[in-house]
Amino acid sequence: MTLAAHAEPNLKHHFDDSAQQLDSSTLGMWVFLLTEIMFFGGMFGAYTVYRNLYPEAFASASRFMNVVMGGTNTAVLIFSSLTMALAVRSAQLGRKKQLIFFLSSTLFLGCVFLTIKYFEYHEKWVDHHIPGPGFRFDEPQYFHQAQILFFLYFAMTGMHAMHMIVGAGLLTTLIVMAAHDRFSAKWYTPVELIGLYWHFVDIVWIFLFPLLYLIGRTHT
Amino acid sequence: MTPEPTDSHVSHHVVPVWKYLAVFAALITLTVTTILVAQIDLGEYNFIVAITIAVIKGSLVVWFFMHVNQSNSLTRLFVGAGFFWMAILLVFVLSDYLSRGWLPRPIWW
Repeated sequence: MTLAAHAEPNLKHHFDDSAQQLDSSTLGMWVFLLTEIMFFGGMFGAYTVYRNLYPEAFASASRFMNVVMGGTNTAVLIFSSLTMALAVRSAQLGRKKQLIFFLSSTLFLGCVFLTIKYFEYHEKWVDHHIPGPGFRFDEPQYFHQAQILFFLYFAMTGMHAMHMIVGAGLLTTLIVMAAHDRFSAKWYTPVELIGLYWHFVDIVWIFLFPLLYLIGRTHT
Repeated sequence: MTPEPTDSHVSHHVVPVWKYLAVFAALITLTVTTILVAQIDLGEYNFIVAITIAVIKGSLVVWFFMHVNQSNSLTRLFVGAGFFWMAILLVFVLSDYLSRGWLPRPIWW
């Protein structure tokens, strides 16, 4: 016990060993992610209800979602999940340079995602598809109902983008910590946990993409 | 190479790169598939296909990228509970909204 504590400075005294400590941290992170599931779950629930109430209006408004940008962003985010997984792997192996490289790649891809998102929002702004006084829609019978889809679009992708921005901040912190030799093959808990967060944000997008961009496109 | 973990609950062993690349390839393939299928009019099935593919993609990320395949039973229980509660939310909301108007109003209304 004392020997282990000497060998592993990051091991807290109330844990038997590093493995138990990492398991506990992982479980704690998952509990946080469950609250995130509930948070996004409320919005997914609202989306479900309104699409059921106004299927024609939602199908009509879905035409204006930019599948090229949305699809590109899906690929970018999946790619960033790969680099994040490889970053955790580098941390497990104690390879500092590789870890910094993959963390920076993940951060870069996250920024690419947000940039594309910016151009998408800009397109909505130019087309007057932002709910509110300036809203315009080519099918007047759906004027009010279509705004609900655009509102949900901005609420859900907006909250998702907020999570991406937070994730970018966390990744920056990890890069700085890694550069200061804070991680080793014995202790890389923050990399593992922020990895979980990043993958979770990826999963939210994996569901947002078909729901907002794909469903109802072929409806006439 | 890292040495094999000796402790019984050391669960996080290093996954070979090709496994991550395989998961990545599967995720991209599924994304392309879901975009292509969305261009064809399948009626109700468009929704079913899109959601099924999304669930498969999400499960791949949870299982491999988030290392739930290596985690202990307690963590798995929490993960399962989270998605199960999400399912309860959607199923009960839908059982209300979809069934409205199915039955005549009760006589005491």
